[in-house]
Amino acid sequence: MSQQLIDKVNARYMRKDNPDFTIGDTVDVSVRIIEGDKERTQVFSGVVMGRRGSGMSEMFTVRRIVNNEGVERTFPLHSPKVSGINVTRGGKVRRAKLYYLRKRVGKSTRLKDTERHVSGVEQPAARPAAAVQSGQTGQKA
Amino acid sequence: MLPAILGKKVGMTQVYDQAGKVQPVTVVQAGPCTVLEIRQADKAGYCAVQMGFDDVRPQRARKPQVGQALKAKSRPKHFIREFRADSTDGFEIGSQVTVDAFDGIEFVDVVGTTKGKGFAGVMKRHHFAGLPASHGTERKHRSPGSQSAHATNRGWGGDIKKGKRMSGHMGNTRCTSRNHRLVGIDKENGLLLIKGSVPGPSGGYVMVHKSKTARVKTPAGK
Repeated sequence: MSQQLIDKVNARYMRKDNPDFTIGDTVDVSVRIIEGDKERTQVFSGVVMGRRGSGMSEMFTVRRIVNNEGVERTFPLHSPKVSGINVTRGGKVRRAKLYYLRKRVGKSTRLKDTERHVSGVEQPAARPAAAVQSGQTGQKA
Repeated sequence: MLPAILGKKVGMTQVYDQAGKVQPVTVVQAGPCTVLEIRQADKAGYCAVQMGFDDVRPQRARKPQVGQALKAKSRPKHFIREFRADSTDGFEIGSQVTVDAFDGIEFVDVVGTTKGKGFAGVMKRHHFAGLPASHGTERKHRSPGSQSAHATNRGWGGDIKKGKRMSGHMGNTRCTSRNHRLVGIDKENGLLLIKGSVPGPSGGYVMVHKSKTARVKTPAGK
């Protein structure tokens, strides 16, 4: 009973428009930044290193290389400050947390594409939640 | 203290405010409460509104409570509390109090019964520092140390001063937690979203009322 009430509260704040991305995917995360009274969007693109938590408090970490320096950012999945997540590539990985990427440089950081996201192929429009989901389950099975 | 309401702690979660900041909130299922009694200054010597929350089956309640509830045309209630008021206008026996009463309220106080901790030592109960881990300390690392000396300020003899903090029962007492921001009201489900943690276990009864000592500070989050 009590958990159902909490779920009702959470449902109001949870985002349903997030695509079903997974660990190893390359994503573009659009972040709303408020400077004074101006608002702009910054895009952070990189590889999803891991997801942790569940429900309202789920977070995901994205890693990219900027000026030969690894940068990792962790975003709350349901934050209103994240204005959009776009999956650009799928990566074939065998771990839930890609911490081994931290030790790698250059070409060895590349991940093999999953079949559903062959590089260079045009992606469907932003947030293909349903489509990606079905493709992914097929891939894993 | 009005507006006030009785409720049940549901649990905690987190929500986002308008600025996109995470707010830790306690969900309280508040009301609907039935007004069971109104205390008037001329009769009782003070003004108060008595509310009841959570139905009890009539055969499980005591007879006087069943009778009192009948006057309010309600079922007997589990949790009955009074709230002092300057005036009891707008309340009558049998009327309902819902979360709607908290419209526009920014800060609330929450009264609950803390979780019982059993017989607790001084380190847990009073935040004593304990004794050193080494340098010859044996088997008394969590002990309170000395309690008094021959010459205390209570006069002759080596009495222990009254009120000396010692180990003993901790928790399971009434506790008021003040100045919680009221983050949201869910009128559909009768829920209050109160920032931070409130006393007691999930499922414990709580009283929620407008903050007595509301902060003057303007809210940063909004």
